[in-house]
Parts: sequence; C-alpha cells; structure tokens
Amino acid sequence: MPHISLEEHLPGITGLLEYRLDTAYPIRDLTQILLRGESTLTQAERELIATVVSAGNECKFCTAAHTAAADILLGECNTTQMVLRDLENAPVSDKMKVLLEIARNVQISGKRVSPSIIEKAKSLGTTDLEIHDTVLIAALFCLYNKYVDGLASITPNDPAYYQTLGNKIVNQGYLRSPHLIKKP
Amino acid sequence: MAHINVPEGVPGIRSLVRFRSETGKPLYELAQALLRSPSTLSEADRELIASFVSSKNDCMFCMSSHAAAARYLYKDDKGIVDFVLEDYLNAPISAKLKALLSIAVRVQQDARTVSPDDISQAKNEGATEQEIHDTVLIAASFCMFNRYVDGLASLTPTEPEAYEAMAERMVIGYYLPK
Repeated sequence: MPHISLEEHLPGITGLLEYRLDTAYPIRDLTQILLRGESTLTQAERELIATVVSAGNECKFCTAAHTAAADILLGECNTTQMVLRDLENAPVSDKMKVLLEIARNVQISGKRVSPSIIEKAKSLGTTDLEIHDTVLIAALFCLYNKYVDGLASITPNDPAYYQTLGNKIVNQGYLRSPHLIKKP
Repeated sequence: MAHINVPEGVPGIRSLVRFRSETGKPLYELAQALLRSPSTLSEADRELIASFVSSKNDCMFCMSSHAAAARYLYKDDKGIVDFVLEDYLNAPISAKLKALLSIAVRVQQDARTVSPDDISQAKNEGATEQEIHDTVLIAASFCMFNRYVDGLASLTPTEPEAYEAMAERMVIGYYLPK
C-alpha cells in the first residue's frame, strides 16, 4: 500500500505525478527534453540509460517501464537484457558501453565519475553534450526511482501493464496526457 | 576541472545550467516549487532537508549552499543547521522535523527502506501526507541535483563567503541565471 493516498488506478510514478502538479510539470518537461528531445543519442539509447539506472536502484516499476520502452524502440528484447546482465558483451557501440558505465557510476554516486572514464568516452568520439545528458538522465532516474519507492507506490505485476505504458511513453512521450487534464 | 566544457569560474549547478539552459529551466522550476512555493513546512526547514540530504551524499556544493540558505532563513536560530548536519537526532528541532529527516535519509540511502513505521512516526508527530510527500520528493530531487553537480565535477568553492553570497540570491528564489 502506498505511504500516502494516491489515485488507485494510477500505479507507480503515474499517481505521484498527479498528486502534486506544480512539481510534476518540471519533472515531466525535463524528461521530455532529455529522452525525447533532439539528440545525437537515439531514443532507445537514452531509454537504456534510464533502464540501467533504475535496475541499479532496484526500482521494479521504473526498470520494467523503461525496459518496455527500450524494447519497443529497438524492436527486440535481447539488447536490453544483455545490457542489464552483461554490458561488456551487449550488442551496443563501444561509446554506448562507456556512457552506460558512466550512468552506473552516477547511480551509485556522482563522485564516482572519474576523469579516466570521461577521457575514455571522449576518445571514442563522445561529445560534451552526450556526457552531460547521460549524467543528467542518470541523476533524473535516481530522482524517479527514489520518488516511486520512497512513497511505496503500487508496482503492478502484470507484464501487459508495462507493455501499455511502454507504448504510451514511446508514442506520446512524457508530458501530461490530455485525458488526465480533463478529470473523469 | 569540470568533466565538460562549462563556463570557467562559475560554480556548481550554475555552470551546468549555463552549459545547457534548456534542461536548466525545469531544474530551477522544480527547486522553486519544492523550496519556495507556499507550504506548511517553512522555507528554512525545506532548505535544511536539502542540505541534510546533500551532506549524506557528500556533495559539498549543494550541502554548503543550501546550509547557507537555511542559516539565512532561520535567522537567530541559524545554529541549528550545523547541529542537524552533525547529529540531527539530538538537534534542537521539533520531533516532526526529526521524523521527516529520518524519512529523507532513508530515501537518500535506499528509498525502498522507508517503512510504514517511519510514516506512522511522522504522522504521530503531526506530519501531513503532503509534508511526507514533499520531504520524499525534496530528498529524491537532491539525490538528482547532487549527482548532476558531482557527476560532472563542477566547480566547488571552498570559502564560506562564496556560499553566503549565494544564499542571498537563493532566498529570493530559484531563477535561471543569465
């Protein structure tokens, strides 16, 4: 049961973002810019960063939701599973492996991002903006994971829920849906 | 030196939002909503929660700047800020604020450990659900801000005067620096 009263039909982050709107809007805007805005990283790559961080924080809701989004964007499920289980051998670029490693460090502590890993990223052609966005996506998902689990919001068990949510965030993005704006 | 090419001599998050103002805008809006908008928690108490979480994350820039803002807002009671950062359970603050800080530190360490007992304790001391929500979100948000600031190795001033000057700006509000 959630620690505070949330709308029952809105599990995970979705009910929290309706609980307080003036904080939800900037969180949604930031996510939309980082995960759906123009970038030299693909949307799937950015969803993988979100997934890796959520898995590191052991946040089941966010891990399942962003795994679903990444899988839909990639058109297959193998890459995400490999990234989570065995990054070194995952079918992603060397640059992406380093960015995911940076994200994993940020998840533990910002202080763990060393000059040497940044140098390694840059030697593989990573831009400052890509490094910036990777660190900020990783930091943002620490916010999400802690928000979701800190208030014990509901984590559905049905995989179909995450498939639907994954489709929604792939096709509609992270801004507040019009059907939420006009309340039932 | 910062990990990316941010404006030189500009400290902490201010250098990062000048590197990318598009993401800076919602970051400052979030800080403004959490720390400055009307709330039953005082601005001083909210700054204290921010500084406390930042100190647990060992983020010197956020800890020092939000401690300075809290000292400014507590005025004559500013001594409680350092007391809380040192040993919050024995600090001269309300039992409600202690219970909220206990929730905040759990969120900082591993949010899954916030227990129904922690929540009951806070409610018994008079905390509302809104205050519990806001405490969790302030703690979670500072876990983001701290990682952003340190993950990119932004400039961290070491002189206390630098933070006192920042605090004077922060109490006015969180507006994107030009």
